[in-house]
Amino acid sequence: MSVLLIAEHNNKNLKPFTLNAITAASKIDAEVHVLVAGSGSENVAKEVAAVPSVKKVLHCDSPNYQNYLPENLAPLVTKHSEKYDHIVASANTFGKNFMPRVAAALDISQVSDVIKVNGPDTFVRPIYAGNAFATVKSNDKKRCVTIRPTSFEPAPKIGGSAQIEKAEAVDVPNFSKFIKREETKSERPELGTARIVVSGGRGLESGENFKLITDIADKLNAAVGASRAAVDAGYISNDHQVGQTGKVVVPDLYIAVGISGAIQHLAGMKESKIIVAINKDGEAPIFSIADYGLEADLFKALPEFLSELNKLNTIQK
Amino acid sequence: MKILVAVKRVIDYNVQIRVKEDGSGVHTDNVKMSTNPPDDNATEESVKLKESGKVKEVVAVTIGEDKAQETVRKALAVGADRGIHVKSDTYIEPLGIAKILKKIVEKEKPDMVFLGKQAIDDDCNQTGQMLAAMLNWPQATFSSKVTLKDKSVEIVREIDEGLETVEVNLPAVVTCDLRLNEPRYASLPNIMKAKKKPIDQLVAKDLGVDIANRVQQLKVEEPPKRKAGIKVANVAELVSKLKNEAKVI
Repeated sequence: MSVLLIAEHNNKNLKPFTLNAITAASKIDAEVHVLVAGSGSENVAKEVAAVPSVKKVLHCDSPNYQNYLPENLAPLVTKHSEKYDHIVASANTFGKNFMPRVAAALDISQVSDVIKVNGPDTFVRPIYAGNAFATVKSNDKKRCVTIRPTSFEPAPKIGGSAQIEKAEAVDVPNFSKFIKREETKSERPELGTARIVVSGGRGLESGENFKLITDIADKLNAAVGASRAAVDAGYISNDHQVGQTGKVVVPDLYIAVGISGAIQHLAGMKESKIIVAINKDGEAPIFSIADYGLEADLFKALPEFLSELNKLNTIQK
Repeated sequence: MKILVAVKRVIDYNVQIRVKEDGSGVHTDNVKMSTNPPDDNATEESVKLKESGKVKEVVAVTIGEDKAQETVRKALAVGADRGIHVKSDTYIEPLGIAKILKKIVEKEKPDMVFLGKQAIDDDCNQTGQMLAAMLNWPQATFSSKVTLKDKSVEIVREIDEGLETVEVNLPAVVTCDLRLNEPRYASLPNIMKAKKKPIDQLVAKDLGVDIANRVQQLKVEEPPKRKAGIKVANVAELVSKLKNEAKVI
């Protein structure tokens, strides 16, 4: 019994959500091995080896794995899956892309987006955009599982010294080509892992007005989110979208401004510890899940909010 | 060129889901059903490619009970040429669905298969990728821009970090994100015309593929409810609550 977890990284550093997936993998079985497939990715292998709950690192370095094309990555994972009972990855756009290819190759029915591990074969996962939780039991001999990272704490990063073993590469099909990646650069914390998220919706009325949101976010050292309506209206880029079709976030504090609270948005943020809603429509559904609701015109409330924050002596980081 | 587009009938995205008291699932009786939203984007993109002259035929396929035919009719009403309905009265997991679609692909020999990126009922996000693997085809998931070339397709994908561009050889599987396009509404004349378009009928269990489910649903329950919060009178009170009561700032 052991787990093979596929690390997400950028060839230099491990992506933080891998640590959350490692926590979930450890709940499945204590023997967690991590596959690092990349190009010039030695440092990533070292980072993973330092994670105390990791027992072994399989490192496969080849230009074919530089951009994690699923057509190249899936056959590698499939080959190295032989000795394992579980194959695990994060349920983000990295894991969602390649894991079903592995599952299909192994004739396994994948369990997606797990939020709780009840045992080696039994998991809880959200369905209907988080409006219901299903407890499921996988009857396959081997299991492919993707983990919703925000449902698990990140594993501690240092103190371990797992053995790093070279893993053999496999032939690639050569029918897909990476062209480019346009990563949105930001000085602010990443949306998926930020302690505080300040989100704007259609109520902002324009992209320029999002400055009211970003000013607050900067003051609180928060990430900036948005509803699908705001993204579709072109106020802000899609990587800020929180919701069923965007990112699922679980910050300590989520501030929803000018967001009515469509089901699709709530699916992405309703597990946040504290939710604040600022909306001029007192009947907006967002108020039904908010810990603190402020019925107010956001164009008046946000500048006031900023000035009140400025009055505070200290703000938690 | 030919496109196969797969569409699924699901509970309409505007319906508030109600979990059954006995934990066996969610209420579906007398609930509004419609096409899975990103499947509409998949159909729209297929039809646009046909209108551009690059694609000759668009075939819409669905797998499900008798009423699932409505989703194929809808695809026909917005421009698909003909339909296939694979009948199944029971839920089939993505693995089984992908096996059925593979059978259809082997018969129809499309150059591309378009699907929604995810169904909004089981939220699995697997079928397209599984189908691509079974066919040994490349895939492009979460597509928000599709540029068809002679022997390949260039796709802009929505990923967590931003956008990624890949080029995959044909034949290929493409799964569609909601921002790929704006699905059109069917006009009344086109709805009438769609009624005359042919829909082939097949039966899932007669296709000779293993569609037995492997994942057993033990129970379905409502997510924990948030306790009702309070309304604050003004910004000063809000900041004070966040600082002193919730202690989050």
